[in-house]
Amino acid sequence: MWNSFGDFLAMGGYGFFVWVSLGVCALVCIFEPISLNLKRRALLAEVREQSQADTGQS
Amino acid sequence: MPTSKLQGQIKGNINWFKFAAPQRFYPLAGKLVPWFTVIGILLAAYGLYLGMWVAPTDATQGDAYRIIYVHVPTAWMSMVIYVAMAGWAGAGLVFNSRLSSMMACALAPTGALMAFLALWTGAVWGKPTWGTWWVWDARLTSTLVLLFLYIGFMSLHAAIDDVRRADRAAGVLALIGVVNVPIIYFSVVWWNTLHQGASVSFKGTSMATPMLVAMLVMALAFWAYCIALALMRVRVIILDRERHTAWARAEMGVT
Repeated sequence: MWNSFGDFLAMGGYGFFVWVSLGVCALVCIFEPISLNLKRRALLAEVREQSQADTGQS
Repeated sequence: MPTSKLQGQIKGNINWFKFAAPQRFYPLAGKLVPWFTVIGILLAAYGLYLGMWVAPTDATQGDAYRIIYVHVPTAWMSMVIYVAMAGWAGAGLVFNSRLSSMMACALAPTGALMAFLALWTGAVWGKPTWGTWWVWDARLTSTLVLLFLYIGFMSLHAAIDDVRRADRAAGVLALIGVVNVPIIYFSVVWWNTLHQGASVSFKGTSMATPMLVAMLVMALAFWAYCIALALMRVRVIILDRERHTAWARAEMGVT
């Protein structure tokens, strides 16, 4: 299909549009699970902190 | 619980309602996440190989058409997730089941991201083919409304402190918004739009085989991705809402 890797990147002159579309999709699919993991960690830290504060008071 | 036992007997002793309990669903979702993640990555790798490397250049649109391999799957998912979200929200309203409402909340951010990606890739595709990033065409406008419905659902839910009241209010909004989905789907038929008609519909396809296969593989990859993310998110939501229960505290390593 493609004659060279440069041809592949150029996408028949539409390289910018094709790679910007794919790039943003890739970024979102990487960012979403990472942000979810951070939320999970924040939740665990919050619950642990609360439980420590509770046991400290009692 | 006597009711769940009765339901189990009605269903031939297989208790399908067992997993309606957040405590039961949490480990099941945890087991499913890695499978959908791996399937999604493999399908995306194969789909991109087919679409970007193997499939030929389009006769009329040149290589700009290759945006279709992410544009159509994200657009499909934005609509599918909305219907699923509204379905779970509706089940939460009717059966008063907490897990259903949690599923609706877990789907909303992923659906919003899919709607955003459909709009983004559409804009970047529109520039070289139509000469403009955006037009107020029926298909584009109704998809923008879909994004706003997702944002409205999440904002309304976040604005109400009592989580069960938030579930009900946001659930009603989700159900009302369902009318927008057929409007998006049939917009290219009902109105004279700049957006092209469906290349793939329930009646058949106008696409060449290698292009069609690549697009369907990418669609399956996005299905797997969205299922994995929704399951990951529902686990966080379950822990958050069940933080006062013994099992959730054990799960989080606090006593």
